[in-house]
Amino acid sequence: MGAFILRRLALAVPSLLGISVVLFTVLALAPGDPFAELATNSNVPPEVREHLRASLGLNDPVASRYLHWLVAMLHGDWGFSFISRVDVSTLIWQRVPVTLGLIGTSQLLALAIAIPVGTLSAVKPYSWFDRIASTIALAGFSLPTFFTGILLILVFSIKLDWLPFVYRSDVEATGWHAVVEHVRQAIMPVCVLGLFQGAGWTRYVRSAVLDVIRLDHVTTARSKGLAERVVVTRHVLRNALIPVVTLVALQMPTVFGGAIVTEQIFRIPGIGSLLIDAILRNDTPVIMGVTFVFSVLVIVFNLVADLLYGLLDPRIAYR
Amino acid sequence: MASSIPASPTASAPGAASPWREAWRRFRRHRMAVASLAVIALLVASVVLGPLAWRMPIDAIDFSAMTQGPTLAHPFGTDDLGQDLLARMLYGGRISLAVGFAAMAMAVVVGVTVGAVAGISRGPVDAALMWLTDLFLSLPQLPLLLLVIYLFREQLKGMFGPEGGVFILIVLVIGCFRWMQVARLVRAQFFSLREREFVEAARALGATPWRLTWRHILPNALGPVIVAGTIDVAAAIIAESTLSFLGLGFPPDIPTWGRLLFDSKDHLDIAAHWALFPGAAIFLTVMAINFVGDGLRDALDPRRVLS
Repeated sequence: MGAFILRRLALAVPSLLGISVVLFTVLALAPGDPFAELATNSNVPPEVREHLRASLGLNDPVASRYLHWLVAMLHGDWGFSFISRVDVSTLIWQRVPVTLGLIGTSQLLALAIAIPVGTLSAVKPYSWFDRIASTIALAGFSLPTFFTGILLILVFSIKLDWLPFVYRSDVEATGWHAVVEHVRQAIMPVCVLGLFQGAGWTRYVRSAVLDVIRLDHVTTARSKGLAERVVVTRHVLRNALIPVVTLVALQMPTVFGGAIVTEQIFRIPGIGSLLIDAILRNDTPVIMGVTFVFSVLVIVFNLVADLLYGLLDPRIAYR
Repeated sequence: MASSIPASPTASAPGAASPWREAWRRFRRHRMAVASLAVIALLVASVVLGPLAWRMPIDAIDFSAMTQGPTLAHPFGTDDLGQDLLARMLYGGRISLAVGFAAMAMAVVVGVTVGAVAGISRGPVDAALMWLTDLFLSLPQLPLLLLVIYLFREQLKGMFGPEGGVFILIVLVIGCFRWMQVARLVRAQFFSLREREFVEAARALGATPWRLTWRHILPNALGPVIVAGTIDVAAAIIAESTLSFLGLGFPPDIPTWGRLLFDSKDHLDIAAHWALFPGAAIFLTVMAINFVGDGLRDALDPRRVLS
């Protein structure tokens, strides 16, 4: 298992480098020169400007600029925010746990919906349950997160006044009350993200289970006299989950996109809303930092999916 | 061609002529898909022809009718400046739908090209292209979309004007992030098709790789591409609405559906209709397109047995 993890980690390095190249290329191709202001300022003589550019390495060839940038990024030296004058890395690390918590809980909710519903649909395909579940899944999958968020706010915050619609990290309560408040304000964001993903994954689980349930080993398990429950959970589901894990990993970029939107709607102080704020205020170092963190997170989740894959299918793990 | 061959008893659908007619016959079985096709036709017709019938200007400010609910004068209500929401939605719908179809076209062209090149050439070219595809699949799309728009918006605005520039940028960017699925599908189809007898025969007759690709393999690989392309339209519409909803898509004077939602979200307590109509329009469009995609999947996959 250890060697397997190491090999996967080694495979993640080229994709990380690839992403860093893409990020740097986008930045290098972008119009706008940090020295544009100096160029138009007649008080700065051209030779001083040239000297400044040279001392900051702006005249170096692209490759060496990329290397400098990459080394700085890997050292955690991400520069300062233009707006708040705080280290970009401090700013981001403060907010990463919130985002991860939101994504984690909503993914659990999504799986808790998708696996049972998808399996039940596939066990009795074209039954009433399957038809209704499939239609609802397709509808839920077509409801964009920003609209679900607005609908939930309209119903549960404005009409019914049950849940708060602005997420606050400093709840004015202690002990149990604080816990209850935190749960209450997390319900809507987690539902928005979890229901959307759950709807999409229900479709995956259904088709994966449908593929497996026709196989011979399932018939064998049934003819051994195993209870249907055991057949479905132990012989069908475990095999069906293997392609589902791959699809879930492929969906991670979408999940992060949904998290950005959700954080923006409910004003959750995570890295998604940090990104939007930074873009609206032209805070380039923060934008680069957050994009980089998102890229790393996607790769990390892909890695986790690979490990799960190994756990679910022993043939892969020890090959 | 098919009519000259006596119909075998297994494939005895009466009048089964072209594969397209057969596909249409299968498509019609999916009732939701047919209904959805009608919904899409209606939506397209109303955004194309609607502004001709509903002649209210999209930017007529009327402070006596601010944030009104639906009335006869304003069937969809008004926004905080008293602008008519029906007129704005019809106009914005044109852009939202146009972005969806244009981005899909771009994603399909790029995807088919990459997939076909990878599929017909083996070895290092294939490996490199697939590495690129996998890299793009693992990029965090929305953050990068936002980054690219942030960096390039001003330049394109200068080149093509505010409306055209943002349109081109958004179509390019969404298209660039959606081609991977199509590329993988096309490559997989090429891998199985290029070993088949009819391709072998064409190759034996001296067909060039270009002709093999264009005349023999690609037409047979088209089914899954059409399905993926349909889903891509929905995804592109959602992507555009998301960007506009985050305030980073089209400028406020171009009221796409996402932009309307963005403007409405601070007035939810007094003007729920303002958010509900554009949101419902996005939902309806995307769901209809997804249903059509489902129907097409049933229709274009001949292996699928339909009762």
